[in-house]
Amino acid sequence: MTARRNPLAASVLALVSVAIGLVWVFPLYWAVNTSLTVDQKTAQIPPSWFPSPLIFDAFTYVVKNTAIVRWYINSVLTSVVIAASVLLLTTMCGYALSQLRFRGRQAVFLAVLAGFMIPVATTIVPLFMFINKLGLVNTYWGVILPQLAAWGPIAVVIYKQFYDQVPKELSDAARMDGAADPRILFRLFLPLNWGITWALALCLFIWSWNNFFWPFIVVSQTPMMTIPVGITQVQSWYGIAYPRQMASAVLAALPTVVLFVIFQRRVTQGVALTSGIK
Amino acid sequence: MASIDTDAGSLVIRRARRSRRRTPWGTVVLLVAPFLVVYVAFLIYPQVRVILLSFTNADIAGVGSWVGTANYVRLWKDPIFWQSLWHTVYFIILTVVPNTLIGLVFGLVVVRQSAWLRGIVLVLLFLPYVLPVGVVTQIYLWVLSAAYGIVNYIFDVKVNWFQDPRWAMPSVAFVTIWWTVGFNMLLFIAGLEAIPREYYEAASLDGASGGLRTFRFITWPLVWPVTSLVFVLQLVLQWKIFDQVYLLTNGGPFNRTLVVIMYMYQQAFTRAKGGYASTIAFALFVVILVTSLVQVRLLRFRSDA
Repeated sequence: MTARRNPLAASVLALVSVAIGLVWVFPLYWAVNTSLTVDQKTAQIPPSWFPSPLIFDAFTYVVKNTAIVRWYINSVLTSVVIAASVLLLTTMCGYALSQLRFRGRQAVFLAVLAGFMIPVATTIVPLFMFINKLGLVNTYWGVILPQLAAWGPIAVVIYKQFYDQVPKELSDAARMDGAADPRILFRLFLPLNWGITWALALCLFIWSWNNFFWPFIVVSQTPMMTIPVGITQVQSWYGIAYPRQMASAVLAALPTVVLFVIFQRRVTQGVALTSGIK
Repeated sequence: MASIDTDAGSLVIRRARRSRRRTPWGTVVLLVAPFLVVYVAFLIYPQVRVILLSFTNADIAGVGSWVGTANYVRLWKDPIFWQSLWHTVYFIILTVVPNTLIGLVFGLVVVRQSAWLRGIVLVLLFLPYVLPVGVVTQIYLWVLSAAYGIVNYIFDVKVNWFQDPRWAMPSVAFVTIWWTVGFNMLLFIAGLEAIPREYYEAASLDGASGGLRTFRFITWPLVWPVTSLVFVLQLVLQWKIFDQVYLLTNGGPFNRTLVVIMYMYQQAFTRAKGGYASTIAFALFVVILVTSLVQVRLLRFRSDA
């Protein structure tokens, strides 16, 4: 698609593109800029475009005076458990649907596909009642379990598709050697598909880290909140101190941004996979 | 005799094949049940329960009695429900087309870069998509704040973006586009890269090297399947708008940004009307289902063409 144009046109295009990109992320820069300054400076006109001198007061205040460290731990814990559990459950189910022959296989597959038609948002009310009845409101399991169901179907379908493409000779050979199905799955099929597993893992982690609606509904106690919920729910602690709000926002965004920048290709691959375009 | 032997032999082989084809139930249960149990308990069961609840006057604990179709009659006559439905449609109108077109423009911007710039531009444009919604809304409450917001300073205006009845919904729509357009851009990049390079080379040999002409006659028609996919994906997705509205405007000013899920949330969690909230939820579910079916039809039409 890169046509051979004259170098002037090419560099103009490059400049314009970078300019668009920079304007697009300007709000992010502005958040970082504000987070590194003091309250008085946010009401100053004209505003200062660069944080000088660098002041980390907002960050130290947020870390010392809010439960942000605890929210971090909550978010890391729930997101890692969600990503790992979804992968484990769906790789097994996808393998069974792809490789095993059993009565009701088609029915299970159709039931999983039906999950695509169910928007989680419209099931929140009975979901909350159910979690409440199980005594899981304000617990990690209450945050985790519904998210496993919500993100499972797409992962099952992706694993099934990839396992369908594994050459039959490979699994036949393993079976001849007397390997049982769980062994074939974890020693052969899963290692053959580490690439998509890693892409899915990153996406699942980012999605559950970012998820707002369900953690917001199921958790009401401040110490049990995940970080994206926590930073929006306890604003009164900050008053209207923008540097502190931006500092907490920067901290909340850091893990997903860092993961994305490092594993850019894998993340975009995962997003494309789960959207149905391979 | 020889023929019987062969038959017996093939019978043995067939038996062996069959026993290999049918997996023992223990293995099937071990591999399928863990996911299936979680899936049925936390997705299928709530979806069934929401239908049952919609015919009751249950509170938020789920305790209540059967009231027949009373909730549906009430819903039909509830002006706030229709208002919330219209606000959701308004939000969809404001987001779906721009989100698709900006996604295409960004996709074009990325694929036309030289290799080393490509990664940088892609990261810049996709970055907002990996942010938590709460971070996005916090940032925009500051960037678009009325008194000291940088946007009002740059354009020298004094608009209260999220509190002005005229601007509240467009502002929420803009924030949504900023946050999510990277996703559409990725789909467009995949679509644009699938266009064979020879088409452009042939076009330039024919003298149609003008950017607009090649776009009009090659890029646009060939990327159309992705465009329609992105369009309908957005259409289904945006019915479920809640997070941004809740965090930016909380449905205000004067209910101007009250959307359907927001209304459901209020009925369920601030007024403890689990039954009526379920009725609202099921009505929205039907709307989304119909939209999805239209989507499936459109996509099938696409793959036939």
